[in-house]
Amino acid sequence: MTKISMKVNGEAVSGEVEGRTLLVQFLRDHLGLTGTHVGCDTGQCGACVVHVDGESVKACNMLAAAADGAEVMTIEGMAAPDGTLSVIQAAFQEHHGLQCGFCTPGMVMSAADLLNRNANPSEAEVRAYLEGNICRCTGYHNIVKAILAAAATLRGEAVAAE
Amino acid sequence: MPKDSGIGASIKRREDVRFLTGAGNYTDDINVAGQTYAYFLRSTVAHGKIVSVDTAAASKMPGVLRIFTGADFEAVGGLPCGWQITSRNGEVMKEPRHPILASGKVRHVGDPIAAVVAKSLAEARDAAEAIGVEIEELPAVVDMRAAISGAAPAVHDEAPDNLCYDWGFVEENREAVDAAIKSAHHVTTLELTNNRLVANPMEPRVAIGDFNRASGDSTLYTTSQNPHVIRLLMGAFVLGIPEHKLRVIAPDVGGGFGTKIFHYAEEAFCTFAAKALNKPVKWTADRSEAFITDAHGRDHVTKIELALDKDGKFLAIRTATLANMGAYLSTFAPSVPTWLHGTLMAGTYTTPLIYCNVKAVFTNTVPVDAYRGAGRPEATFQLERVIDKAAREMGIDPVEIRRRNFIPADAFPYQTPVAVAYDTGDYHATMDKLVEIADFAGFEARRAESAKRGKLRGLGLSSYIEACGIAPSNLVGQLGARAGLYESATVRVNAAGGIVVMTGSHSHGQGHETTFPQVIAEMFGCPEANVEIVHGDTGRGPMGMGTYGSRSIAVGGAAMVRAAEKIIAKAKRIASHLMEAAVEDVEFANGVFSVAGTDKKVDFGSVALAAYVPHNYPLESIEPGLEETAFYDPSNFTYPAGAYAAEVEVDPETGAVTLLAFSAADDFGNVINPMIVTGQVHGGIAQGIGQALLESAVYDANGQLLTGSYMDYAMPRADDLPMYAVDHSCQTPCTHNPLGVKGCGEAGAIGSPPALVNAVLDALNAGGIGVEHIDMPLSPSRVWAAIQSAK
Amino acid sequence: MYAFDYQKAGSVSDALAALKAEDAQPISGGQTLIPTLKARLAAPSALIDLSGIAEMKGIEVAGGMVKIGGAVTHQSVADHAGVKAAIPALAQLAAHIGDPAVRHKGTIGGSVANNDPSACYPSACLGLGATIHSSAGDMAADEFFQGMFATALDAGQIVTGVSFPIPEKAAYMKFVQPASRFALVGVFVSKGAGGVRVAVTGASESGVFRWTAAEDALAGNFSPDSVPPAPAADGMIGDIHGSPEYRAHLVAVMTKRAVKAC
Repeated sequence: MTKISMKVNGEAVSGEVEGRTLLVQFLRDHLGLTGTHVGCDTGQCGACVVHVDGESVKACNMLAAAADGAEVMTIEGMAAPDGTLSVIQAAFQEHHGLQCGFCTPGMVMSAADLLNRNANPSEAEVRAYLEGNICRCTGYHNIVKAILAAAATLRGEAVAAE
Repeated sequence: MPKDSGIGASIKRREDVRFLTGAGNYTDDINVAGQTYAYFLRSTVAHGKIVSVDTAAASKMPGVLRIFTGADFEAVGGLPCGWQITSRNGEVMKEPRHPILASGKVRHVGDPIAAVVAKSLAEARDAAEAIGVEIEELPAVVDMRAAISGAAPAVHDEAPDNLCYDWGFVEENREAVDAAIKSAHHVTTLELTNNRLVANPMEPRVAIGDFNRASGDSTLYTTSQNPHVIRLLMGAFVLGIPEHKLRVIAPDVGGGFGTKIFHYAEEAFCTFAAKALNKPVKWTADRSEAFITDAHGRDHVTKIELALDKDGKFLAIRTATLANMGAYLSTFAPSVPTWLHGTLMAGTYTTPLIYCNVKAVFTNTVPVDAYRGAGRPEATFQLERVIDKAAREMGIDPVEIRRRNFIPADAFPYQTPVAVAYDTGDYHATMDKLVEIADFAGFEARRAESAKRGKLRGLGLSSYIEACGIAPSNLVGQLGARAGLYESATVRVNAAGGIVVMTGSHSHGQGHETTFPQVIAEMFGCPEANVEIVHGDTGRGPMGMGTYGSRSIAVGGAAMVRAAEKIIAKAKRIASHLMEAAVEDVEFANGVFSVAGTDKKVDFGSVALAAYVPHNYPLESIEPGLEETAFYDPSNFTYPAGAYAAEVEVDPETGAVTLLAFSAADDFGNVINPMIVTGQVHGGIAQGIGQALLESAVYDANGQLLTGSYMDYAMPRADDLPMYAVDHSCQTPCTHNPLGVKGCGEAGAIGSPPALVNAVLDALNAGGIGVEHIDMPLSPSRVWAAIQSAK
Repeated sequence: MYAFDYQKAGSVSDALAALKAEDAQPISGGQTLIPTLKARLAAPSALIDLSGIAEMKGIEVAGGMVKIGGAVTHQSVADHAGVKAAIPALAQLAAHIGDPAVRHKGTIGGSVANNDPSACYPSACLGLGATIHSSAGDMAADEFFQGMFATALDAGQIVTGVSFPIPEKAAYMKFVQPASRFALVGVFVSKGAGGVRVAVTGASESGVFRWTAAEDALAGNFSPDSVPPAPAADGMIGDIHGSPEYRAHLVAVMTKRAVKAC
């Protein structure tokens, strides 16, 4: 067992893990942050995407011990402390960018990562950036719309109401 | 001006807030104090005799509580099948036992041989690897034609020819159909495969069994579309637990698409083991396990013949289908290729004579059952493909040939030759809308532009019909259904006016928590925020049948309306007392009861309060309280229909197909929440595109699944798909349910695959490459191979 | 996963010392290794994490070479201004490996050492005539890759970096396998001081290879029209995603497109 410490959603946390403990297991089982989901075992579906030191990472494809000392952001850290949804989260609701909600945390985290890198992505760039996030419900149409709308809002542009 | 409340308003979903903040409560998020973990040791061979299972050493490994084998389940029932089909010769289908853990034989890769329960999942898995299993491998049968050839090994001794049933429909039409085809001006024949799919909801299945020794109550948390059905099937047929001692909870469920309808062995196992060990037992599938245990979908091989007169009018249709059942009969498997398939073979057309033959076949593969559309996509695919082929053969425009055969708008209600009667529809209207939104007029210019870039552009269409909300129960009972197909709702108005609706419909992405309150808000004249929806818990609502077959609003919503009507009727009586007026003079509108021609009025909240604080109240004639339950059993299906178009570009050098545009014109009758309906269509379309271009579950000859992960099973991703043009402004309301609604959940998956395939074939043929058919998925390698063989 | 110890290596020498333990295995980005471990297809006693080794994290563009440390992520290569300017095809290749989350973790050293027959990087190494730096010394890419998942390295040895000579021009064309999005066929073409090189990934049962017939033809006339007909299908991979004939055909098509894009 190894003792690890990291910041998760701005809060210092620590725990004892095995070498084989995955970051997603640490988040879900040790910290009770069950918003990060597991949808596959081959690193493709992206339901487990979180940010590690500011970049999107698949939490099911990273060892918890490897995140020792890191700053981790999960879906639970995306809304304001008073519960106000972030711009991206609000856009997903506004544009019906989710149905069953299972892939949604990973989608939001990947979208946030994209918009950190590229404030003005094209539709094609949004679609390409979601290559590692599978949604089975929405057909992606409204997810893409939501991300484009969130980008526009973050740039300070007015977005037509739906 | 769009509405912002009630029926027809695109209200934003209230459930989104929890899903967007990580506060959803999916089954795997639930941890019961003291829980233990189950791991299933599964067969790695497709067919074999279990010679021995030695658990002695494994049982002594760290953390192991107990190892279960098939012998532990011999005294309980097998997994039941919910539909019995009768063959043409009058015999009932073969229905082999489906044990919870394999007994005697394993019949597909993934068949569970033993289950370890341990203190941790890792310990359970370690112990499972230490179990000594000796299996005498037997030859496997995978291909359906081989399976029924008489020379194949038998999956079950009870079905030596691997035939589950041989169904003919409509048997009385057979000779007339044969004669019509024999004498027709033109007959178009097509042999095709409807590819096997894996539903792949993003949340893998999970089950947690819990047992309370003090009360004797069992609780099962499970990823189900219909917890009441699981309670009934598992309680009554498998474990013998009466319903009052068994609670089934399906909390937030991460997508279903049919594969979470069925009762699975792991649910029964966890419930059984929790009682045996007096400890909670949790099982979470990983995706690899899901691929070899979740029921698959589709998997038909069909020959269809369409007879036409010289004007392209359809005279008769004859089909012969082999339908894969897999190794065991999943819960509703037998109904899919029969009553959910044969009854749809008229499509949107006036074809007078139809005969379908379906042979259901056992193979050493994962069981096959309903997947989004279930039988109806298979029907639509055959029909819309053979019509396109006939149009090409006869030199008739594909839109025109369909128009010549549409059931005219003034012919409704329309009795088809395949048992069902359509209540309403206007297929010319949806086709008109499609031609407009897909810009058929501008297509040739776009085709020419593609040609300049060396690409072959194609436009394909389809016209589909669906039958949703399968019913009525007494009729489907005659057809072999072993379940009722009603839905229930309890509407509870609390003393302070807040309303709770307990519905048997389950929401796993459909947004019921938002849409159902819209109906109540419309009826009661209250804000949606006053209404709460309770679902997914057998302990908190009346017996329900759950969500599948696009039935929630048409059946579950109708039950809620009936219960709400009872509430209004009772409330009127209370109001009449409060206003000292005759009940027949009381009117109710916008949340206020009034007496016609007077200024007397009382609001809904005051009536609710009076019902619970019955001081000024006619207790001798009206019971206190304001809570009503209704069970609604529809008199007919609903029949949404529409027309779809796909526009593609084919790269003739590589065979790669790029989907450029997809358009859908649907008729769903009245629409409660247009935003959500559009989203349902989007999702269905993406799954249909997935079937047409990407997805396929492939077994090798030994019964090994070659597409057992997302490394080989191609899921549609964002960059595979375009934005969709979706329109549901054509509305012919359903005449037999109180909301005038039709189902919308499966339409997209039904109408889209043939449109895609027709588009690719249009691209190739217009480009001078004569290809009559390519089986789905139209992967680059298949399209390239077809191009090569046409050269 | 089976249980193992986990250790972060601070330096190459630390890592090599730790890898002397029986059944110890290096892990870099882990994007291939962790799924393998989850499926219990490997049972290392210890994983030695190379991803934090500072001396393996640099990118240098100097002296006609691009030198990339073994622990540099795909994203860092894709974003690096110097790489984009010197060998845009290499930055482009890195920008399309896996998906963004994979690119944030996966490393060039891990990819090269694993030598997956469908991975992108081995084709760039071979197609540019790169030198592989390893704890066993420097090796030409031509010697380093030795067939599917096989390299010149022995157990306990690690890739510390790769040096790519800067070509006159180069391009990479990938035709993706629809499910995994790995290369069904990927072709890296370059023209430089060392002549024309054409390296193919995804296609062959022997792993990444140089298509010498195309190199010879293109050396005479570097034009898409010079690309010879498809190579023989013998020895090409055949699976549900494409027959050997299809892959062989794609080799020629992707080569033409890569030459055109140069």
